[in-house]
Amino acid sequence: MSNYIKTHAISKVSESLTDKIEDARVDIGHLSYRKLIWRRFRKNRMGIMAGVILIGFYIIAMGADFFAPYHFNDINVLVRHVPPQALHYTWADGLHVYGLKSTQHVETLELIFETDATQIYPVIYFSYDARDQVRLMTSEGPMFLLGTDRMGRDLLSRIIYGARVSLTVGIIGVFLSLILGSVLGTMSGYFGGWTDHLIQRGIEILAAFPPIPLWMALGAALPPGWSSIQTYFGITIILSIISWGGLAREVRGKVLVFRDLDYAVAAQSAGAGHWYIITRHLLPGCYSHIIVVSTLAIPGMILGETALSFLGLGIRPPMTSWGVLLEEAQRVTVLLHYPWLLLPAIPVLIVVIAFNFLGDALRDAADPYSG
Amino acid sequence: MITYIIRRCLLAIPTLLIISIIGFVIIQLPEGDFLDRKIQELEEKYGDSSSIARIDELRERYGLDRPMWEQYTTWISGFVVGNFGESFEYETEVNDLIWDRLGFTLMISIGSLIFTYSVAIPLGIYSASHQYQWSDHTLTFFSFVGMSIPGFLLALALMVFVFEVYRVPLFGLFSAEYEGMPWSFNKFIDLLKHLWIPVIVVGLNGTAGLMRIMRGNLLDILGQPFVQTARAKGLKESVVVVKHAVRIAINPLITIFGMSLPNILSGSTIVSIVLGLPTVGPLLLRSLLSEDIYLAGTLLMMFSLLLIIGNILADIALAWADPRIRYE
Repeated sequence: MSNYIKTHAISKVSESLTDKIEDARVDIGHLSYRKLIWRRFRKNRMGIMAGVILIGFYIIAMGADFFAPYHFNDINVLVRHVPPQALHYTWADGLHVYGLKSTQHVETLELIFETDATQIYPVIYFSYDARDQVRLMTSEGPMFLLGTDRMGRDLLSRIIYGARVSLTVGIIGVFLSLILGSVLGTMSGYFGGWTDHLIQRGIEILAAFPPIPLWMALGAALPPGWSSIQTYFGITIILSIISWGGLAREVRGKVLVFRDLDYAVAAQSAGAGHWYIITRHLLPGCYSHIIVVSTLAIPGMILGETALSFLGLGIRPPMTSWGVLLEEAQRVTVLLHYPWLLLPAIPVLIVVIAFNFLGDALRDAADPYSG
Repeated sequence: MITYIIRRCLLAIPTLLIISIIGFVIIQLPEGDFLDRKIQELEEKYGDSSSIARIDELRERYGLDRPMWEQYTTWISGFVVGNFGESFEYETEVNDLIWDRLGFTLMISIGSLIFTYSVAIPLGIYSASHQYQWSDHTLTFFSFVGMSIPGFLLALALMVFVFEVYRVPLFGLFSAEYEGMPWSFNKFIDLLKHLWIPVIVVGLNGTAGLMRIMRGNLLDILGQPFVQTARAKGLKESVVVVKHAVRIAINPLITIFGMSLPNILSGSTIVSIVLGLPTVGPLLLRSLLSEDIYLAGTLLMMFSLLLIIGNILADIALAWADPRIRYE
């Protein structure tokens, strides 16, 4: 969304978060660029921690079939709106959950669940479920560590499966806007003249739309007949439509500087073609910058997907994402009775904060020759 | 300066024209039109759609039978003279629908801007002048969290919290007894009582970001020779910071003003939908979903118009605040 503001805001955090980097200067000239970057990145503890957390999230998302206790669409109307169950441990039974007792509410006829400490269901490790899928932890009885939704589906499993969509939307979206942004940004800076003019006006017009209303309009335009996968890619394209502009501007600025440097001029007079100069001499100079800007763009996209799905304009069931899960938590009346439905917000926050810290650490590291 | 302002305003016209074309096309992208949707809805609900029997007549009246470019030209030529067309869903002039809501939207947006700047600048100054102390670290941490919380989640959490604690629903901009009443002093007070929550929720992201920028700018300035000179003259530290450093460090924040407007408008859209505020956001969502094209088109145009005006104002403010800047 507001990459400019975010970029600047976060850049200023660096001073307080990085350790002293003076000793890195000694190595300049001895170590390769990559090693220098790694050295400097390693010093930023918050950045490392954010990176480790994100890797953990992505591993869990990739192995959702293994890590989640149930499949995300296992509907069971008998256990609708079960509150989160606690995990207990005793020497004799190992990790286990207690069973559930249900009573019917007099007026609403809803089932109200209570724990039944007389029943004990131990956790089973590495077992096959009905779909022939190995699960890390599951249980014979009900085991809903984060509760269930209105269709009796396990919320923890849904959050884990939802991570697949929510975490990849940002990456793919940024990848798309990266391609658009760097191609158009380079063209704009390298060729100048009317190409530059046209591309810059285009970016300005895009910037004159407020992002969320434009996303809403585009999201509403996705045909209802599309399959989940088609909608998913539609959403990523929509998200990248807005963010490529900022990236293109930054790349253009860099290319404008590099274009007139001696080595680029030398390559030109030696007879190198446009394509060769752009790919061999200009773009590599922007790499570190591009990586930083795109890392900082990912959280905006994750939030964009969450917001769109939350409004019902994004990912459509049966596919699930954190935004889809939060859509159920939209009504206050629902939230007051089943507050655990707001839990999917926590992974959203953790991932977004982690990406912000990681991007900040990368920015510090990307320029190892300064300060 | 005046020629610059006039030129900027003239340049905005072609931009707005292109925006209106793009916006209109996007709104029309979904298959079918408003009447198709209505028929489908009625059939799903009651099993028949005979209640709107004169479909062809309606289609002709709304101009939905004509090609898209003709619909567009009719709409845009009306738009220029302030006739925004008819809302199909509400069966009334778009004009009657939007002004109140635009007013509330502006009220919340401007309130958020004031909140953002009046909180972020002092905190940023404090943070910079206490660099690396625990108060600075705390503020840094909270600003990171603040930048990462999306407004609609904060709104949801606040709603639950307020209901749990005070047992009053946090919904809309007025208490039940003032809803739909004519304006009075008491109603205004009631409005202010409700207004602060959306203002803070919408402004939080921007506040956190702006605080970081203010802190960074001020730290850059505090390292400059003229600040050292001021200190060497024996000025009090507070005077050095406030009178010498802050004056310069605050300039970039004026440029950012123009850029924070889209985020505030954006944020208010979705926060309003969650909190059920009578602003443009919920209306836009409804009109997009039902393909109420003239209403949706007008709302998108209004958003863009506000952004462009905001940017021009920011540039003028910058020229006024920083005498080194010349627009010629």
